[in-house]
Amino acid sequence: MVKITFIQPDGTAQTVTAEEGLTVMEAAKMADVPGIDAECGGACACATCHVYVDAGWREKTGAPSDMEEDMLDFAFDVREESRLCCQIKVTAALDGLVLRVPAKQF
Amino acid sequence: MNAVEPAAGAGPIETDVVIIGAGPCGLFAVFELGLLDLKCHVVDILGKPGGQCSELYPEKPIYDVPALPIVTGQELTDRLLEQIKPFNPVFHFGERIDALAREPGGRFLMTTDAGKQFLAKVVVIAAGGGSFTPKRPPLDGIEAYEGTSVFYSVRRMEDFRGKDVLVVGGGDSALDWTLNLQPLARSLTLLHRRDDFRGAPHSVNEMRRLVDEGKVRLMIGQMTGLDGDAGTLQTVTVKTSAGEEKIAVDAMLPFFGLTMKLGPIADWGINLNENLIPVDTEKFETSEKGIFAIGDINTYPGKLKLILSGFHEAALMAQAAQKIVYPDKKVVFQYTTSSSSLQKKLGVK
Repeated sequence: MVKITFIQPDGTAQTVTAEEGLTVMEAAKMADVPGIDAECGGACACATCHVYVDAGWREKTGAPSDMEEDMLDFAFDVREESRLCCQIKVTAALDGLVLRVPAKQF
Repeated sequence: MNAVEPAAGAGPIETDVVIIGAGPCGLFAVFELGLLDLKCHVVDILGKPGGQCSELYPEKPIYDVPALPIVTGQELTDRLLEQIKPFNPVFHFGERIDALAREPGGRFLMTTDAGKQFLAKVVVIAAGGGSFTPKRPPLDGIEAYEGTSVFYSVRRMEDFRGKDVLVVGGGDSALDWTLNLQPLARSLTLLHRRDDFRGAPHSVNEMRRLVDEGKVRLMIGQMTGLDGDAGTLQTVTVKTSAGEEKIAVDAMLPFFGLTMKLGPIADWGINLNENLIPVDTEKFETSEKGIFAIGDINTYPGKLKLILSGFHEAALMAQAAQKIVYPDKKVVFQYTTSSSSLQKKLGVK
């Protein structure tokens, strides 16, 4: 199992264990991580599973695909470290990953 | 799709059933109701059939529709349209039912946002996650400016004449309104988070030409705040790589895609449970007799938000709807495989 930590805007941290092969969004939904709305259910069609990848992890999570970049246009306060977590696959290499949940999904 | 528009000044469209939502469950409801001789009009806020299947994931495969090991959202929609063709449903796209009231005779009078009216004996709410509505940027106080300075669509272009207009977004809506409003506006600023646009290449080129000519100001950045007075927007704060800048704006048009909201259904006097409509599991009827709810929008013990569950709900709902429309008709259960009368309705005999 892979450990992923979600940090809320108020600083609260929640570490979830995720099975390899799932998406990070699915792991977050299973653990009821607040602020990961995932309205479309993982179709890369809504931009409501927006997260910021913590410094040091961006190389491992990689950059968004063109489709994901397009969908990030619908997110709020998009930054260089922005990803849609339905598009990040859980792998052993991501054990210890730290993600920040934005103040607002929309 | 053979939409029959009533003549101007004519009364409401009279029909057996109005189905709200043209997603898979709404479409299949046409089939089940049609087999029982009920005529349907289908209303959907989107411009095309398929609901979430065609709006959110037209290319995505679905693996749990019985007998179709793999089908995309668009294929499923197309097949349902083919299946319901014999029943000639009338579609009303790009419209939302805003008002619903029971008439003294028991029928329901409905009015769309475009002013079209329906008079129906049965209403089927198959509205999925609700109606698709433009996303509201999460900026403090934005509600106060909506309809006066902040607009999610353009009703009258003239309203923007001589104004300082800010268009926000990077898709076709943002580009189209940039191109259309630029000649009227006093100034037009297009704001997008990156210098890369999703819209049609022709529109992107046209926009870039106007930028080169100094007719459109292109800003790469994001909104962080609004300031104004008594419902009138004055400035929008924009964060760019150079820092924050306040720009003077009379009208702002944000285009950030669509989200699903329950919408006016909440005002129709139907019992709700956290934006879902509780129904019984015999007829899938709401707290109001004659108003049914099927698919993702309903809730009951054990509910699963699956397309196949919505299909089942449509079949049972149709039986109950038939009793309302034809109270004296003896109901004989029949199979499409063997019933001559059902096959005749399907046009296969």
